[in-house]
Amino acid sequence: MSEDKFAAIIVGAGPAGSTAAYLLAREGLEVLLIEKGATPGSKNMFGGRMYSHALNRIIPNFWEYAPVERPVAREIITFLNGGHGVSIDCQNLNWVKPPYHSFTLLRAEFDDWLASKAEEEGAMLACGIRVDDLLFDKGRVVGIRAGEDEMLADVIIAADGVNSIVAQKAGLAKMFLPHQVATGVKQVIKLSPETISQRFGLDGNNGAAQLFVGDCTEGMQGGGFLYTNKSTLSLGLVIKASELQKTKYKISDLIEDFKDNPQVKPLVEGGEVVEYSAHLVPEAGLEMMPQLCGDGILVAGDAAGFVLNLGFIVRGMDFAIASGEAAAKAVMAARKNKNFTRQGLSLYVQLLKQDFILRDLEAYRKGPDFLGNRRMFKEYPQLVTELASKVFTVDGTPPVHLLGKILSQVKESRVGPFQLAGDSWKGARLL
Amino acid sequence: MKRLTIEQLLGINKFAVDDDQAHIIVKKEICALCLNKPCTFACPANLYKLKDGQISFDYAGCLECGTCRAICPQATAALSWQYPRGGFGVNFRYG
Repeated sequence: MSEDKFAAIIVGAGPAGSTAAYLLAREGLEVLLIEKGATPGSKNMFGGRMYSHALNRIIPNFWEYAPVERPVAREIITFLNGGHGVSIDCQNLNWVKPPYHSFTLLRAEFDDWLASKAEEEGAMLACGIRVDDLLFDKGRVVGIRAGEDEMLADVIIAADGVNSIVAQKAGLAKMFLPHQVATGVKQVIKLSPETISQRFGLDGNNGAAQLFVGDCTEGMQGGGFLYTNKSTLSLGLVIKASELQKTKYKISDLIEDFKDNPQVKPLVEGGEVVEYSAHLVPEAGLEMMPQLCGDGILVAGDAAGFVLNLGFIVRGMDFAIASGEAAAKAVMAARKNKNFTRQGLSLYVQLLKQDFILRDLEAYRKGPDFLGNRRMFKEYPQLVTELASKVFTVDGTPPVHLLGKILSQVKESRVGPFQLAGDSWKGARLL
Repeated sequence: MKRLTIEQLLGINKFAVDDDQAHIIVKKEICALCLNKPCTFACPANLYKLKDGQISFDYAGCLECGTCRAICPQATAALSWQYPRGGFGVNFRYG
């Protein structure tokens, strides 16, 4: 066993872990940041966009140094139904001025950069090491074991992602259930920067974020996404695991079908696939949240289930970064009081409630349940696309006023008017 | 775009396959009792295949997402799941 004892061992050099390591090392603490991948980011993937606010308050103007791809100027939501498609398209050029609202990025490069910032502050980064177990002393977590090596610390931060083995070994997290997670698959598709800007109507290096709902998931709960990077597109699908459990569609086929969808095909045409990746997304919010601290241990980022999916907004990285920040602050407070028990670390939970993760997850507590409604993924995309098609069609038939078109379309769809009114009301309140 | 097979897609990725240790071990005798075998559909890398009615699984090509662990009706008994040893497995160059 090593003689040295670290002030903190952080498992996982993703955004949560590297942020915590950066802040603790900056305070002069001896910090070990352990990553199972050969380099930070080499095991990580996400859809494609980070909201800036959380990182900007830790590393001001981070976009001047960080390997980000494009600031997002356009938000597009597209309803898919065979040859029909309806999009809501919002462009706001204030989003692409400092302090840039959000950026598309690629994790291999970005996470590597963030970990290097922690290293610059003095954190020790150890890559290619898989943490196998925790060390306990009288029920309190006191270190980690990786293969034959054992390392001790005052506190462990479990930032090891959605499949958090560390939080499970600590007895803080239970194995998630299939309805609590979604499977995301993604293809990175290479195109020239000019082609990307032209196809998405973007000025210069501005970016677009496009979400899709409808037949790309064959009626299953989930959706498609497309983010523009500098010279690649990140295209993918996210489908609830409990749906994949029952279906006879292969998700690996669905993403190929998605590229062939008439609304997507012209956007990716001529591109070259340069990577295919998959990852789980914790989607159940507070319902799946582990205990956030135990004696000698904190849980942050995806490991804590800190993701919010509202259908039109998907947040994970800003939560991860802010939870790493809160964890670092809690560790500093615990050091001051020389108390690393659950009680001594409980500032972590307080901070998360104030600012802003638990506050936001609480506000949208019923969102995941509402989005479990299958009408969102089949009947409503059909209703919207067919109605819009009628509104724009001129074919010599007798005129019908807008209200008549709406009423006849609702009648034709399998959704009753009361159900539609109820869902609209709920959606507006819960999302 | 031309349709790609899953083998072609995985062929694009960079893997450091651990020849000495499989990170996922499937207990096929338990799978034999499973009616729906959802792993044969849900795995994004399509690594769980049916051969003569039996599950066959190849851990090389695993994207390490954990979907099989989430959807297997008998996960605790049928699957021994961990990440590959440090440095091994998939190596995302984009992510």
